[in-house]
Amino acid sequence: MTDRSPSPSRRSFLAAAASLGVAVSFVGRQAHAADGAKKLVVVVCRGGMDGLSVAPPIGDPGYAALRGAIAIRPEEALELDDTFALHPSLTSVHALARQGQARIAPAIATPDRARSHFEAQDVLETGEAKVYGADSGWLNRTLEVMGPGKTEALSVGTTAPLILRGKVQAASWSPGKGVDEAARLPTLLQDLYKGDPLLGPAFARGLETEAMAQAAMTALAPAPASATEGGMMMASTPAMSQPGGRPADNRQGREAARKLGSTLAGFMRQADGPQIAALSLDGFDTHAGQVGQIATRLTYLDAVLDGLHEGLGPEWKNTVVVAVTEFGRTARANGTGGTDHGTGSTALVLGGALKRGGIIGDWPTLAEPALFENRDVAPTLDMRGLFKGVLIDHLGVDRADVEKKVFVDSAGAKAVTGLV
Amino acid sequence: MSLPSKDMMAAIAATRFGLGARPGEIEAARGDPRGFLQDQVRREGADIPKDDGESAPVRYAAFADLRQERRAARQETRMVAGNDMKPIPLVDAPGANAKSDAQKEVQRYIRQKTAGDFLARAQLAADTEAAFRERWALFFANHFTVSQTKQAASIVIGPFEREAIRPHAFSRFEDMLLAASTHAAMLTYLDQAQSVGPSSPAARYQTRKGRRTGLNENLAREILELHTVGVDAGYSQADVTEFARALTGFSIGRAQDPDIGAFVFRANTHEPGARSILGKAYAQGGEDQGLAVLKALAADPRTARHVCGKIARHFVADDPPPALVKRLETRWIETGGQLDEVAKALIAAPEAWDPTPAKIKTPYEFVISTWRAVGGRPASFERLNPILTSLGQKPFYPPSPKGWPDEAGAWASPDGLVKRMQWTQGFAAAVADTRDPDALARSALGARLSEPTARAVARAETRREAFALLVMSPEFQRR
Repeated sequence: MTDRSPSPSRRSFLAAAASLGVAVSFVGRQAHAADGAKKLVVVVCRGGMDGLSVAPPIGDPGYAALRGAIAIRPEEALELDDTFALHPSLTSVHALARQGQARIAPAIATPDRARSHFEAQDVLETGEAKVYGADSGWLNRTLEVMGPGKTEALSVGTTAPLILRGKVQAASWSPGKGVDEAARLPTLLQDLYKGDPLLGPAFARGLETEAMAQAAMTALAPAPASATEGGMMMASTPAMSQPGGRPADNRQGREAARKLGSTLAGFMRQADGPQIAALSLDGFDTHAGQVGQIATRLTYLDAVLDGLHEGLGPEWKNTVVVAVTEFGRTARANGTGGTDHGTGSTALVLGGALKRGGIIGDWPTLAEPALFENRDVAPTLDMRGLFKGVLIDHLGVDRADVEKKVFVDSAGAKAVTGLV
Repeated sequence: MSLPSKDMMAAIAATRFGLGARPGEIEAARGDPRGFLQDQVRREGADIPKDDGESAPVRYAAFADLRQERRAARQETRMVAGNDMKPIPLVDAPGANAKSDAQKEVQRYIRQKTAGDFLARAQLAADTEAAFRERWALFFANHFTVSQTKQAASIVIGPFEREAIRPHAFSRFEDMLLAASTHAAMLTYLDQAQSVGPSSPAARYQTRKGRRTGLNENLAREILELHTVGVDAGYSQADVTEFARALTGFSIGRAQDPDIGAFVFRANTHEPGARSILGKAYAQGGEDQGLAVLKALAADPRTARHVCGKIARHFVADDPPPALVKRLETRWIETGGQLDEVAKALIAAPEAWDPTPAKIKTPYEFVISTWRAVGGRPASFERLNPILTSLGQKPFYPPSPKGWPDEAGAWASPDGLVKRMQWTQGFAAAVADTRDPDALARSALGARLSEPTARAVARAETRREAFALLVMSPEFQRR
């Protein structure tokens, strides 16, 4: 079996990314010239990312006592203001923050309070007020209301994440052998799948995408700048390495993650490239041995964001990136050097389009009476409000559509304004 | 609801209830398709894969030895590097190499054991004449997921399935729940082994020493949410925490203990006091307290509903007929969660025999059923690992405690279908040239073989193309 992909360099790093469990996908729309078009990247950090490690409130008098041995030490933390700092692994994010191009929302949550990964991710991705409120993801519905225009979807990876699912069909792609176009088999199979409502459209989209991705890879080979179809993108890295893995693994992982970010950027910069991308990073469920594990995960997150920033180049100024998680973790350390499922967490908001400003939302503090149910960071900001603000102010999506079609029943979650 | 013909039922028995038909299997089921399945259900449990047969304690003991060697090598390195005095070399090789060799040895051990376990399990699936029995065991292995995402659990996933799941596949659900919740693999995977009651003697001792210890509620939460009553059962955070307290003490023998890798109850880490969970009171007690909660959860009707819903979804349809779920649930309640009786109720249920195949095969089911179609079996782990990984079902690596997804949407992705086709072409090149494709189509699908697929196979230009069309046909991809 020969490798038919025309771009070994792109392919090899994507293959490396795949070996780490990375997957990428787009859903999108054409009819937008890539350069100059507003862009949105949503990063879903799965497993319940510990907000108090992402942006430790080292100036909060409660922090050190609640966290004990797993607290981020002030001398290591990357300072943001009198109260907050960033985790030492988030060096690229910190550099952006100093330029006013990265901000934190330190007490944000979905409307879900069950502390179940699966429910909370469902609510985060559907954008609904409660679990099982919809079968489609809010990014997909965003594309629906942003139509018309031929929609294009690509998910590099094998399973479509909920945030992308919906009427705008997500295709998917991951580095493989390539399809022999001379073979009759694809055509014959399309014929057999004619009557199958699931396999027919999915297979057709898979073939199109394979062809498109190969063309894109060729065009992209040396530098990320040229042309494909519009849309949204998704990438994910499942829990790949163990807490605190070996330095060499971390370096390789960091490099792969950075390249993933710059490739996403490359796709987005193509003339009809995806305007919206989503990416997910697993492995944040730090019940035990949190310190090493979260350092590894945040190193990758930082590298992906760094790659995006670098790869987008002049387009960074038209971009907003939001990194969110399904819930935060307990304010107190548990008995096993970790934390259990909690409520409020920290979101990162980045981009050249951002206005300078302090934290997004209010900080409830870690004083004991302020904790939610005497255990978690109390959420002061509904995540849907952040998403809505970005859709309306940054992407220019019609406010009524956002309220009625994308985030149904979200009147209580007021759109965060003034971010861009 | 009327049943389809015997021919159709025989094909459904082998493909929907089983793992795809081996040559002759549909023929064997034709006389009495339901009896063919009923005969596979047996109290003594599911089959045991022919791996090295090592128990979890044996594996953990060997692993501890390897890690000890690694530590020793590290110390040796430090001595070589940091001592001005002449070090006494313990090994001939330079220290740095000794270290990386020991490290590699640990990694190699993990790879070798997990690959061996997975291959043995896949060969059993490919060979077995009782494929429904195997599917039933695989369902429960996924229900009680343990994943390599936690490296320390990797080497005991095989033993976990052998020791906690398979022997109880047709026992009472309570037996399986207790076995799973007290197995080293689960206690490791969901962080239970280190959970310490905040008011226990161990915690007081540690606090005096200035160390922090306390509860870890991971296992307690996932038992409620995933293994028993389900996320909709209406439990609260207080229930989770109370349950976590009741489970303190459930732990594993450590490296220095004689019972390394076995379940131990550590009374000195158990949180003293009575507990209240889901409205039930549990008197103060050691190990028995946690076991009593587990037994109550096994007997809870919400557990019956949750697990029966999952069984129906797994075997029949993503959105299963409510009448089917009700039948299973009723039988579960009647028999106190006797899993052989629930399996028989599934076989007896007319809703399970709807000729329209609603499910898409998971990558594992797809790959195994392709081997079964030609009467073969995978010869090495490397025949399985790349394809399953690229289709999103990396061996022993489910992404979360929820296990692998069971819905068509998760597996029938555009990329996944293209990858299935590419793999099929490679498989065809290896096996198709010596086989009669029309006969294979009939033996693999029986009465489920559709006219368009039969025609496409018959008209194919080459045997390879014919084989690929058969395996990629909608009726082979679905079950």
